Amino acid sequence: MTAASKPNVLPTPDGVQSSIRMDDVSLVYKSGRGNVEALADLSLDLKEGEFLSVLGPSGCGKSTILKILSGLLPVTKGKVLIDGAELKGPRGDIGIVFQQPTLLAWQTNLQNVLMPVRASKRPTASDRERALKLLELVGLEEFANHYPYELSGGMQQRVGIARGLINDPRVLLMDEPFAALDAMSRETMTTELQQIWMATNRSVVFITHSIPEAVFLSNRVVTLSGRPGRVVDDLTIDLPFPRTIDTMSTQPFNEYCHHLRALFQAKEKRQQP
Amino acid sequence: MIRVAKSAASLGVFILLWAAFVQFSGVPNYLVPSPLAVGTTLWQVISDGSIFKHIFTTVFTAGVGYLIGAGVGLLIGSLLAEFSIADKLIRPYLVGLQSIPKVALAPLLIVWFGYGLEGKIVLVVLMTFFPVFVNTVAGLHTANKELIDLYRASSASRLRIFSEVKLPTAASAVFAGLEVAVVLALIGTIVAEFVSAKAGLGYLVQVSSTNYDVPMMFAAITILAMLGIASSKLLRFAHMRLVFWEGPRRNNDY
Repeated sequence: MTAASKPNVLPTPDGVQSSIRMDDVSLVYKSGRGNVEALADLSLDLKEGEFLSVLGPSGCGKSTILKILSGLLPVTKGKVLIDGAELKGPRGDIGIVFQQPTLLAWQTNLQNVLMPVRASKRPTASDRERALKLLELVGLEEFANHYPYELSGGMQQRVGIARGLINDPRVLLMDEPFAALDAMSRETMTTELQQIWMATNRSVVFITHSIPEAVFLSNRVVTLSGRPGRVVDDLTIDLPFPRTIDTMSTQPFNEYCHHLRALFQAKEKRQQP
Repeated sequence: MIRVAKSAASLGVFILLWAAFVQFSGVPNYLVPSPLAVGTTLWQVISDGSIFKHIFTTVFTAGVGYLIGAGVGLLIGSLLAEFSIADKLIRPYLVGLQSIPKVALAPLLIVWFGYGLEGKIVLVVLMTFFPVFVNTVAGLHTANKELIDLYRASSASRLRIFSEVKLPTAASAVFAGLEVAVVLALIGTIVAEFVSAKAGLGYLVQVSSTNYDVPMMFAAITILAMLGIASSKLLRFAHMRLVFWEGPRRNNDY
């Protein structure tokens, strides 16, 4: 199952350049016990088709970034631009994949993939066809009419990824999508995600805690500081695609990992005087 | 098949023990009738058809009251879970009403609604409303926040989120409420029939009591027990069928 043999179900729109930008974004959660600043003056720039990982300590506002980009959380300060237009609310063309598969237990896998379509209109025959193609892309075509409870955790997460891609999204937002999987499925899913990404050409924002996972998958790895989140490092991973298990034992791969690990250790020392 | 055989055997042993108790304990027959006497009475009222009027009246009262009570419980529960303003306005009254033992209202309801079925149905409505209402509210609040976020990010309407995410999530809890309510519906009906009635199984128990017709009381109670078991079984069956995604062997921890 190589990326090249996969059907290219999501062709890149022509002539679209640097598509998603966050400009000096700050976000303050207001609560009864005072305000919590989750993000401070954060700027991010995502190029078309880019796989961008966001690394950071717990509570640095990584998931907040996803909520902002999906249009669910208005920013306190700054701007989010998608294709030059300011983001004002949910757009319907942003794919989201959560840590848990978060599927509808009472619907078949096919119906689950079609869920974002159904939110705004009646799915047509061509929508169903697309959904089936996406299930094929994630290797689950024969389970289209099964229910999520008949699948393993990794397979459920793949249904979630297919659902994230159904609306031909401008960007696919993934919030630690493999964190709940066992180590074995996690490795398999990581290589499969890369193949899916290469077959679809979508931009991805990938939130993770795992440094090797980030280096393996990404064009770019952005590291955030602890709360409030700021960009402290922006690393371009210059390794050829497709990357394989062998890539993980090469010198450059390890140097990238080492560089990122050093960032975290330096930070921990600073935080524990 | 084996389960049916086991149940039948257990029932047989019970009836034998009962017969032996009546035979050898020295308790007079007019206090505890023998299984044979109860069986004869049952057979008599079934073969002459006189029991069906009572069964129908009780089932009708309990059924209509149950449907209305459960329906209103589901409706108001949904309303309160969905709109916090409705919750603030209505809930204090509901809590107050809930703290009243509903059977205490039976005589009052007879005064208000007369001796017909209306007052009895109102009592059943009041009794069945609460378990369904409480479980609906609790069930709706357990809906997965991320799923709701996902729907909102796809610009789904509130009604769609309610019908596709919240309601199916609540289904199991609602069924638990419905199962509690079905027993309460029978209790409410019988109590109302004790207070005043011209027909119904509760009326039959009451009248037989005044006539010292203990076998008839036992027969009526046996039928009530069977009605209770049948309706619970029916609901459990519907629960398993409708909420098919929840079960012992389901991989649902996501």
